[in-house]
Amino acid sequence: MTKETKTLNLNFGPQHPAAHGVLRLILELDGEVVEKADPHIGLLHRGTEKLIENKTYSQAVPYFDRLDYVAPMNQEHAFALAIEKILKIEVPIRAKFIRVMFCEIGRILSHLLNITTQALDVGALTPSLWGFEERETLMTFYEKVSGSRLHANYFRAGGVHQDLPRGLDQEISDFCKKFPKSIDELEYLLTDNRIFKQRNVDIGVVSKADALDYSFSGVMLRGSGVPWDLRKSQPYECYDQMEFKIPIGKNGDCYDRYLCRIEEMRESIKIINQCLDKMPKGPIKTMDGKISPPPKKELKESMEALIHHFKLFTEGFHVDKDEIYTAVEAPKGEFGVYLISDGSNKPYKCKIRAPGFSHLQAMDYLIKGHMLADVPAVLGSLDVVFGEIDR
Amino acid sequence: MSNLIDLEKKINSELTTKINSSKISHEQIYLNVDSPDLIEVLSFLKTNNQTKFKQLTDITAVDYPENSKRFKLVYLLLSHEFNNRMLLDCFINENEIVPSLTPLYPAANWMEREVFDMYGIKFKDHPDLRRILTDYGFEGHPLRKDFPLTGHNEVRYSEDKKKVVYESVKLEQNYRDFDYESPWEGTKYIKKQIKEND
Repeated sequence: MTKETKTLNLNFGPQHPAAHGVLRLILELDGEVVEKADPHIGLLHRGTEKLIENKTYSQAVPYFDRLDYVAPMNQEHAFALAIEKILKIEVPIRAKFIRVMFCEIGRILSHLLNITTQALDVGALTPSLWGFEERETLMTFYEKVSGSRLHANYFRAGGVHQDLPRGLDQEISDFCKKFPKSIDELEYLLTDNRIFKQRNVDIGVVSKADALDYSFSGVMLRGSGVPWDLRKSQPYECYDQMEFKIPIGKNGDCYDRYLCRIEEMRESIKIINQCLDKMPKGPIKTMDGKISPPPKKELKESMEALIHHFKLFTEGFHVDKDEIYTAVEAPKGEFGVYLISDGSNKPYKCKIRAPGFSHLQAMDYLIKGHMLADVPAVLGSLDVVFGEIDR
Repeated sequence: MSNLIDLEKKINSELTTKINSSKISHEQIYLNVDSPDLIEVLSFLKTNNQTKFKQLTDITAVDYPENSKRFKLVYLLLSHEFNNRMLLDCFINENEIVPSLTPLYPAANWMEREVFDMYGIKFKDHPDLRRILTDYGFEGHPLRKDFPLTGHNEVRYSEDKKKVVYESVKLEQNYRDFDYESPWEGTKYIKKQIKEND
């Protein structure tokens, strides 16, 4: 006797709390086993790249905040570095340290969100309540330095917008003293938790070769045991002066990726502490009046400053004809900007390489043969944010 | 090979006729090839022991409407082993069909879909060449330079029809593209308007 079997198609999202945003995932199920996953993306597509082609270089910066909106400054960093490399601008040392410090704060912001929501997806509520309190503190640092909690628009080509307000360094340093204890508490809730382990160990295993083939980067690559971090292997800014370790996983499963993220947060704290120790006094953006606007005070006295200010905020600065790809180690992986400038005040082309795009692409490969309940676990460990995937 | 100059020499000597031009800039190698040689060059770069560009970081295209070969396809490659990056580009005609890289690099699947979506470049033997980022049923290719920034259609919820309706874009105010570079000659959009009114 033969039994006729039929696969079931299931729409996961775009309004599903575990879809981490607006992902529409069409699953083909045989009983509870996933046979095929077809992610439909683009529901948050805003045409960022097209908009950037029509804006001046400084007007383009805020669009980068809106890509991976849980770690905004890391994205701005890639864009700023690309312009600086083309224009060969020397960034003041203080600005370098400030930028690295805020990139690491962004890393903690992103990892905290990811770890806690991943725990939420597999059934633990408490970590997100604890983790979000810490995120709130970190976002006040963003607010104090840039004026807004999320969309900072703080990095500029040639430095940062303004200096740290008085007392902020002390506050950040206090946070760094307290935060390792919060990580311990998170670990106490999750690392040896039986349920958390049952849901994550040996789920979504990626081999080294496949991680390379699918263009994985960041934690997705390191979780599979590939020691690759752009901060170490292609040091940009002042990462070569920092002492930190790169945690790598062994098995390439969801649990190893979780462990990597926890360790990365501890390393980020070390980097922030070193930044605070080593940060010299001095200018925070390049003195070149053709690139960065003059201080407000000078506007009242100097004609030249007034002209520079007017030209910068109407026409913007021009960038020489060139073509460049610059990448930074964003919390989610390699975030790159491929910029073509044509000598005018607007980019001719700006392609944004988002790490989540290639990670989500591998969803079908990752989830094949897993149970339906593993979908949120795998999706959580991919660390997808639709701002950057849909662009 | 970790030295860029040696690597450039090596690639040029191995692939002699297939490389149109090569240069080193910003600590990266820039290569230009012809589109029929793409697969051969890339599989060499991926598998050769001294290049090992095992990761395809991204694929994108650039639109130059004034060129006879309209698009430039750009492949960004990364070699973890030797810590090198490469930008490989080739110029193609508007209707040219390019071989797909998906068998060589599985990651190329979505990247090529995106290029198809944004520029309308078709890839031969691609397993699943659908639009990816734009709306279901979208028409046109948004990143082409002749596609307007505002697009052609807008959507809203119609209370009468009780559904989302598509309408052509109506702007309260023209899109203002200020031309700051020649303030004495008037901006392009005003000139255009005057022309249209004549």
